[in-house]
Amino acid sequence: MAMLEVENIHSYYGNIHALKGISLTVEEGEIVTLIGGNGAGKTTTLRSITGILKPRQGHVRLEGEELAPYKPHQIVYKGVAMVPEGRRIFARLSVSENLDMGAYSRNSKSEIKADLERVFELFPRLKERRNQVGGTLSGGEQQMLATGRALMAHPRLLLMDEPSMGLAPVLVESIFEKITEINKEGTTILLVEQNALMALSIANRGYVLQTGEIILHDTAEALRTNEVVRKAYLGIT
Amino acid sequence: MATAVQTRAKRTFRIGRLIRPAIGVVVAVFVLWRLYTVLASQSFGPDTWVRFAISGLVLGSVYAVIALGYTLIYGILFMINFAHGDVMMLGAFAGYFTLEAFNGAGFLNKNLPSAIISVVVAFIVGMSVSLVISIALERIAYRPLRTAPRLVPLISAIGASLFLENVAQLTFGVARHTYTNPEVIKRNIGWTLMVGGKEVLVAYTGVLTFVLSLLLMIGLYILVQRTKMGKAMRAVAEDKDTAALMGIDVDGVIANTFAISGALAGAAGVMWGLHMGVIYHYVGFIPGIKAFTAAVLGGIGNVPGAMLGGLVLGIVEAVAPAALGMPFQLKDVLAFSILVLVLIFRPTGILGEVLSGKKA
Ligand SMILES: Nc1ncnc2c1ncn2[C@@H]1O[C@H](COP(=O)(O)OP(=O)(O)OP(=O)(O)O)[C@@H](O)[C@H]1O
Ligand SMILES: [Mg+2]
Repeated sequence: MAMLEVENIHSYYGNIHALKGISLTVEEGEIVTLIGGNGAGKTTTLRSITGILKPRQGHVRLEGEELAPYKPHQIVYKGVAMVPEGRRIFARLSVSENLDMGAYSRNSKSEIKADLERVFELFPRLKERRNQVGGTLSGGEQQMLATGRALMAHPRLLLMDEPSMGLAPVLVESIFEKITEINKEGTTILLVEQNALMALSIANRGYVLQTGEIILHDTAEALRTNEVVRKAYLGIT
Repeated sequence: MATAVQTRAKRTFRIGRLIRPAIGVVVAVFVLWRLYTVLASQSFGPDTWVRFAISGLVLGSVYAVIALGYTLIYGILFMINFAHGDVMMLGAFAGYFTLEAFNGAGFLNKNLPSAIISVVVAFIVGMSVSLVISIALERIAYRPLRTAPRLVPLISAIGASLFLENVAQLTFGVARHTYTNPEVIKRNIGWTLMVGGKEVLVAYTGVLTFVLSLLLMIGLYILVQRTKMGKAMRAVAEDKDTAALMGIDVDGVIANTFAISGALAGAAGVMWGLHMGVIYHYVGFIPGIKAFTAAVLGGIGNVPGAMLGGLVLGIVEAVAPAALGMPFQLKDVLAFSILVLVLIFRPTGILGEVLSGKKA
């Protein structure tokens, strides 16, 4: 059974028909990437999965279970965490408090502590800054915090919305390394990216989104050599 | 045409910049002049000043406890809960009837433990009633309007306030009810301080009020800063969608916030009854609006700010009429003048931070 199965969802913002029948699956252990231009509907797809925006039509299933009846916070308890677009860290909470909030859905103190160690290992910078207020972190540090915060939920499925946005090239590379590392430790990942080349280099499969519809779906390997993708998203002619 | 409009805009801007310092100078000169005349005339002995300061501290601590409710709710929903003073009033009545019942049963003054139990139960009942009313208020009057423009819940709050006052009037009548304190904490007994050769009474009820208020404030501060629920409250205050993505039940946290605010208001109501002695259906209005002033004074949305604002306002209100040589009836006018001055000179309050564009 697929970890995540999105079947023909239609989502709206008021009258704006943002998703026009999106279907995708993510198998356990995979990294799947969702690429597409600005306004294609990538963020909207993730919001529809987490329940922040409820699709008007279609199904979202997590390991076969329909998510529609659950509220966003309940879906977190099912094992889905998200690194939201623009990081959205709690600016007035300290770094450790932000990480505490990431672990809000969990009870076992010892497991939380183990995961905190893991996050600090992954991002030693966060450990140095743990008493600093979130809003005063640099952009890259905030990205690390947003990722670390999501990991504190110990998710089975991690949704990441443009984790490389606004980062210096060195940091982009390191963030993608971390994503691979997180995946190797057993977390399934659905990755939304503008940086299609990077995303396709670490993903197993990819979906290409355009104005609310999926126009292509293939292995990452095949998408990297696909003419359309190369022209439109990799900037290679 | 365009340039004319521009120069006009520029000129008003310049005048606008002059207004604030001008008001500041006028207020400062006035205050200093009155202070000088009063102090030079020595019309009040040191005992009077101490008496004022004590009553200000006690009153201020009650304002602070009520102000916390305004600030918590504002912090999380960006709305001013105008019905908060009425939540306090209902708590005061609940405490009143509890004490009446104990008195009727002959328990209130049986011995010291029974008096203590009666007062403790009165607080528990008062806080519980206010807590329930506060939660109901959120459920019925505010939650359905959560996504409406910000003016809408404000109007709903004013409506809820009128509703609660009228219900209280219908149920309890318009008469003033006098709190029945146990004999051991009658309102006119307490410790006596000697100041400048004169006696100053420190009422037991005043001490009780002040100490309990401090404990509630400390308790709340720890709750907000240290506990999981407090952190969740702060997270929800900052960003509701992201808080939900952490697994935080946003509606639940908002309900909790109203519950805490309500319980604090209920405690304030019972303290008010025990210390001030008289309650009626409208008794929450003035303390409510004073506490709101205190919350703005300290920086609305800011927990330590509400505490500081309450204490400052209480003391200013008690001391200022005498210090400025004004009739005591003007104390409310003074309190609200402070609100106006704060809004002019420091709209963010004493401890408030500048609201970011997203929040404002
Ligand atoms: N809150 C909103 N209200 C109205 N329309 C919205 C809202 N959010 C997104 N949209 C619209 O929905 C469409 C899809 O937006 P979405 O944010 O999903 O794009 P995206 O693929 O994530 O783009 P980007 O790469 O720029 O982040 C866009 O046309 C956008 O204008
Ligand atoms: Mg997006």
